[in-house]
Amino acid sequence: MDLELTPEQRAIQTLAREVAEAEIAPHAGAWDREHRFPDELYPKLAELGLLGVCVPEEYGGAGGDFLSYVLVLEELSRADAGVGVTVAVHTSAATLPILAFGTEEQRARFVPPLARGEQLGAFALTEPGSGSDAGSLRTSAARDGDGWVLNGAKQWITNGSRAGTFVLFARTDPTTAGARGISCFVLDAEHVRITREEEKLGLNSSTTSDLVLEGARVERDRLLHEEGRGFTVAMATLDGGRIGIAAQAVGIAQAAFDVASRYAREREQFGRRIGDFQAIQTKLANMAVEIDAARLLTYRAAWLKQEGRPHAVEGAKAKLFASEMARRQTAEAIQVLGGYGYTKEFPVERYYRDAKITEIYEGTSEIQRLVIARSILGRGLREDRVTAAPRSS
Amino acid sequence: MKIAVCVKQVPDATAAKRIDPETKRLDRSGEAALNATDLNAVEEAIRLKEAQGGEVVLVSLGPERALESLRKALAMGADRAVLVADEAAAGSDLVATSRILAAALEREQADLVLFGQASSDGDGAVLWAAVADRLRRPLISQVAALTTDGSTVTGKRQTEHGYDTISAPLPAVVAVSDAINEPRYPSLKGIMGAKSKPQETLSLADLGVDAAEAGEAGSRTTVLALGPPPARGESLKIEDDGSAAQKILDYLVERRLL
Ligand SMILES: Cc1cc2nc3c(=O)[nH]c(=O)nc-3n(C[C@H](O)[C@H](O)[C@H](O)COP(=O)(O)OP(=O)(O)OC[C@H]3O[C@@H](n4cnc5c(N)ncnc54)[C@H](O)[C@@H]3O)c2cc1C
Ligand SMILES: Cc1cc2nc3c(=O)[nH]c(=O)nc-3n(C[C@H](O)[C@H](O)[C@H](O)COP(=O)(O)OP(=O)(O)OC[C@H]3O[C@@H](n4cnc5c(N)ncnc54)[C@H](O)[C@@H]3O)c2cc1C
Repeated sequence: MDLELTPEQRAIQTLAREVAEAEIAPHAGAWDREHRFPDELYPKLAELGLLGVCVPEEYGGAGGDFLSYVLVLEELSRADAGVGVTVAVHTSAATLPILAFGTEEQRARFVPPLARGEQLGAFALTEPGSGSDAGSLRTSAARDGDGWVLNGAKQWITNGSRAGTFVLFARTDPTTAGARGISCFVLDAEHVRITREEEKLGLNSSTTSDLVLEGARVERDRLLHEEGRGFTVAMATLDGGRIGIAAQAVGIAQAAFDVASRYAREREQFGRRIGDFQAIQTKLANMAVEIDAARLLTYRAAWLKQEGRPHAVEGAKAKLFASEMARRQTAEAIQVLGGYGYTKEFPVERYYRDAKITEIYEGTSEIQRLVIARSILGRGLREDRVTAAPRSS
Repeated sequence: MKIAVCVKQVPDATAAKRIDPETKRLDRSGEAALNATDLNAVEEAIRLKEAQGGEVVLVSLGPERALESLRKALAMGADRAVLVADEAAAGSDLVATSRILAAALEREQADLVLFGQASSDGDGAVLWAAVADRLRRPLISQVAALTTDGSTVTGKRQTEHGYDTISAPLPAVVAVSDAINEPRYPSLKGIMGAKSKPQETLSLADLGVDAAEAGEAGSRTTVLALGPPPARGESLKIEDDGSAAQKILDYLVERRLL
């Protein structure tokens, strides 16, 4: 067993940390308050290769491994979780499925602009009436000659208002209500119309949009994977994507820990540093242990994925533990700072708001528990509808 | 043009520095990084190469693990690295360090040798002078802007009173300040490619330097004792009632500090 990062992984981690500290962290508070998507940041990340970390060089990426990508997400999220989710969705939800399921022609056409960061990618699965139960989605792709005509609505699509490429799921078989009637398409911005920008509790530097498809016509060259097998694409994508969300949660918690541990050394009450009180020491010790545990679960899942081994359950465990840990420990960080923690003078209240989402997207905690329980008790326990549910976006 | 850049691995800026009371040497076991100003020197070398072509060679004296720090400069765009790593060189002072670096530089025969102005750990800010002297080459230090036409190098030297503009024929030695440029981040492609760039590790014997002339044996100085810095002297606490700026100004003027 070897828990040492390779020299390349360390160098990539250092780069991401330096970039995050210099270009992101100083502005994160303002982006949050102003609800501003930092358009100027992404060309910089692109130039350094941070928008295609784990994409092979021949497709315009940097050729790093999946763990390197996870390290980057952790560092970006430590500075700003909104930037973290933007890069996570762009990379593992939009770019990687095209790489994994695309034909050679599709990969050569769609992946390089994404990997080079010339445009952002989005992943459009969720709809107003279908969240955890993604298999019930209703956006339709009706057969029209050799192609399809798409109609419907998607909701809460990260990067929606900025993306140039959409990996989008629609029902090609209207006679099947479940997961089997779904196909996956690679669309351009021209195929969709953004109708609304969501107001959120946190992640205010990321964009979350509603969109509609109004008779968009596509040819067979935009069908990803086989017709009727789109749900397989969605599930495989989310199996990997969750590891990224786990890394995001670890990054947010680490940021909260950094502030809390520094504060405990400086703040004095009753003539002593608050870090001298055992109650505060206990909090910091618990934080340190839980962050480490979450990080190790996350790195293990990432390693399994890059080794090409099964990682769905390990990814679910990492995401479940890391997200709940981040919600708990960002709250504890506020507690360490007392009233100051509740104010906008310190960033911990932002970390707390940002942490919450990690328990919801790319599969809620309830759904992660379903995935894990199923691996313990076997597949026979559930009905068809819940088969779809456990792995939704 | 061939440019050699002398770079040093130092304890990471965020790590607390500790001097081992036994050996009286800096504890180098913690997180390490390339000396910050040396990155300015690397950046300048890469820019010269990008503009005029040529080769950028990193030259360093340090432990084996310094290679990891050298890789950052390779990832930025340097072409290859030469690390002198030898147990016998540990504990070298300025005289011994300059002897070893000069030997490594003799081997490279670069047109231009760049240094950072000072290291963040030793903070001697003299090594370049000693090396230039050993190489018998002209030296410009504290350089905030640099140009070269291939036969001479011109440096804008930062001083307390302004700038001196100094020219010297190549080959020459130049120490740069952090005002000269903003070092680039290495790109991910650079990082992935760094491993396959040539990296040579040399012993003192490879350079023909006698072990007796290196390390503690070859040093002319000995650290006798170490002590904490003296406690801060007289200080003045000013509560700001709107006139603090004026009071600080008066205080400084009174002591002829302004
Ligand atoms: C900021 C943000 C960004 C997002 N980005 C994207 C994106 O880029 N692309 C995309 O497609 N989607 C995106 N989503 C949607 C997100 O993935 C869904 O919100 C998520 O899958 C949950 O679906 P839901 O909100 O409809 O909740 P519901 O599915 O309605 O769940 C409500 C509650 O019921 C529980 N529940 C549901 N089913 C079960 C069950 N079988 N057993 C036990 N409990 C159950 C849930 O865990 C939850 O507690 C985003 C959402 C947000 C808020
Ligand atoms: C407590 C203590 C006290 C010391 N006192 C003395 C003393 O009084 N006299 C003395 O001679 N030595 C002393 N030393 C040793 C001294 O730190 C080393 O000799 C060191 O090599 C001096 O370099 P510097 O880092 O100060 O160099 P600087 O002159 O500050 O370095 C300038 C530039 O030289 C280059 N450079 C520096 N080191 C290297 C390297 N190893 N490889 C490649 N390039 C390099 C870099 O470009 C750097 O930016 C002491 C060490 C300690 C720990």
